[in-house]
Amino acid sequence: METVYVICVGVLTFCGVFLCLRGRTFSVVVGLTMLSYAVNLFLFSSGRLSLDGAAILGMAESYADPLPQALTLTAIVIGFAMIAFVVILAIRARADLGNDYVDGTDPPDADKLVKPNGDKV
Amino acid sequence: MTVHLPILPILIPMLGGLLMLLPPFAGAKRYLHRRVAALVLMLAQLACSIILMQMVVENGAIMYAVGDWQPPYGIILYADKLSVMLVALGSLLGLGITLYSFGGSDREGKYFHPLVQFQLLGIYGAFLTNDLFNLFVFFEVLLIASYTLLIHGGGKHKTAANVHYVILNLIGSSLFLFALGTLYGVTGTLNIADMALRIPELSQSQALIAQAGGSLMLIVFGLKSAMLPLHFWLPQTYAAASAPVAALFAIMTKVGVYCIFRVYTVVFGEQAGELADMIVPWVWPLAIATVVFGTIGALASPNLRTLAGNLVIVSVGTLLIAFALRTPEASAAAFLYLIHSTLVTAALFLIADMIAQQRGRAIDYFVVARKIKQQALLGVLFIVVAMAAAGLPPFSGFLGKLVILQSATDSDHRIWVWSVILIPSLFTIIALSRAGTTLFWRNTPSHDAAESAGVSRWQIGGAVLLLMASPTLALFGAHVIEYTNAAAAQLHDIQYLLEVMNLDGDSK
Repeated sequence: METVYVICVGVLTFCGVFLCLRGRTFSVVVGLTMLSYAVNLFLFSSGRLSLDGAAILGMAESYADPLPQALTLTAIVIGFAMIAFVVILAIRARADLGNDYVDGTDPPDADKLVKPNGDKV
Repeated sequence: MTVHLPILPILIPMLGGLLMLLPPFAGAKRYLHRRVAALVLMLAQLACSIILMQMVVENGAIMYAVGDWQPPYGIILYADKLSVMLVALGSLLGLGITLYSFGGSDREGKYFHPLVQFQLLGIYGAFLTNDLFNLFVFFEVLLIASYTLLIHGGGKHKTAANVHYVILNLIGSSLFLFALGTLYGVTGTLNIADMALRIPELSQSQALIAQAGGSLMLIVFGLKSAMLPLHFWLPQTYAAASAPVAALFAIMTKVGVYCIFRVYTVVFGEQAGELADMIVPWVWPLAIATVVFGTIGALASPNLRTLAGNLVIVSVGTLLIAFALRTPEASAAAFLYLIHSTLVTAALFLIADMIAQQRGRAIDYFVVARKIKQQALLGVLFIVVAMAAAGLPPFSGFLGKLVILQSATDSDHRIWVWSVILIPSLFTIIALSRAGTTLFWRNTPSHDAAESAGVSRWQIGGAVLLLMASPTLALFGAHVIEYTNAAAAQLHDIQYLLEVMNLDGDSK
């Protein structure tokens, strides 16, 4: 279980970091989302992974650490709000700046880019 | 009632900010109601923080357990001399910028005053909390308020700057959570005092993991405080923000510096066994580089607000140098310099905005433009703020730098500290005097300045309130130094913290 968990967190973090380094706001937003998923999983595991552990006293033989669960819940809520904000901001930036690059300017080789319908920009 | 005093600086802006969203205050036309409410709230916060400060001075540090869950389990607020001093500083700054915004910048959007209150809520919370996860939550509160404040009023520059600022800080928040998870995984606690107890007892392999967590946290605090190489966002962001917002942001970098002082003195301080002072070898060169690059940036700035932003970086570097000396005396000097630099850079942003209002399309760029209308008034304000920022006597910048220089007693450090503080000071003077001569003396001969409106009294009032702090600090220097010395001694005395928290090193 630990190995699968570690690989999941690692791959998510890798994808998140990679996408955050991209030039367009859409991929950066997706990257931030992935990073926050990775963080949530990571926080959850900080109380050690256990099967069939109850979080409430007196309910079972074995117990799971309830604190990371609370932390993860808080982190999910905050992360969700932040992602919502950054999505709106990205749309606003697209409208204000006229393109969806993080820098706000077209890259120097923008004329080589191809539009989705196949025309040159 | 007095038992609950430590949580009042958090509750007042929270409830006040929420109330300002409700009908008697909401709406574009009811801005006068909002102004009165904002003024009352700011005065209440200032009064509350001063009473809290008095209590802390008389009775020692106060531990407040939210919901009465005792440490190490509950969420703990901890008001010691350092944190109440910073809360008072924040409320004074908030009052100054609220007054300034009455001049008209609060009407650019409907939610200026509520957002300022939420921002202050996050700032006070970050200063008062003694729980790392709670610190994260308050960071997010102050960040989301700052995201919206930065874009307040709208405009292309603000949007572009905001995109960078938001993305960087979201990545920073993710790193913060990774660091928290790592530290919780090895120590099993999030209470700063409790963590200080457990760090020295870690086995060698656990200590390595804790070191990774602690170093990740330095990246987060470095990003918040604009430590090199994480400072690139700052000049652009501060130059894009509207003046009162930029002035309020002057304390945000100091939140990062405060967290570095708190976490790396208490948790990874000299008592932390293998991990004692683990980040100091990193902070030394970075702090020096921060000062140097901030100074170069100040010399290269094309306008006054970017110059002010670069001076913020210089002040952060100076504070980090004082941190790297790791003595209570140096910390005390840093706290004095922190009060000074926060208020003076905030005043500089406000004065830059007033100058920009009267120069037409040239705004605050260093180019030949028409004459400023209220040249005498703004000129006097500018020279006072420039002298204070550059560290010339008789203002507080001189005093702040002097005590930092004096605190560097070790001869190896002394060469570095003295040269890194004094030489950039000279260049700051050059940059500021060049700015002043261009802004005030190089005018186009043909135009007279009659057409631009004078600055409002609220704006002058707000800027003067912040600016007056500088001579006041210098005048009552002995008392302030006495206070910061006591605050630094309290910060470095981990045993005292554990006693206040009722945590005992042996009973585990």
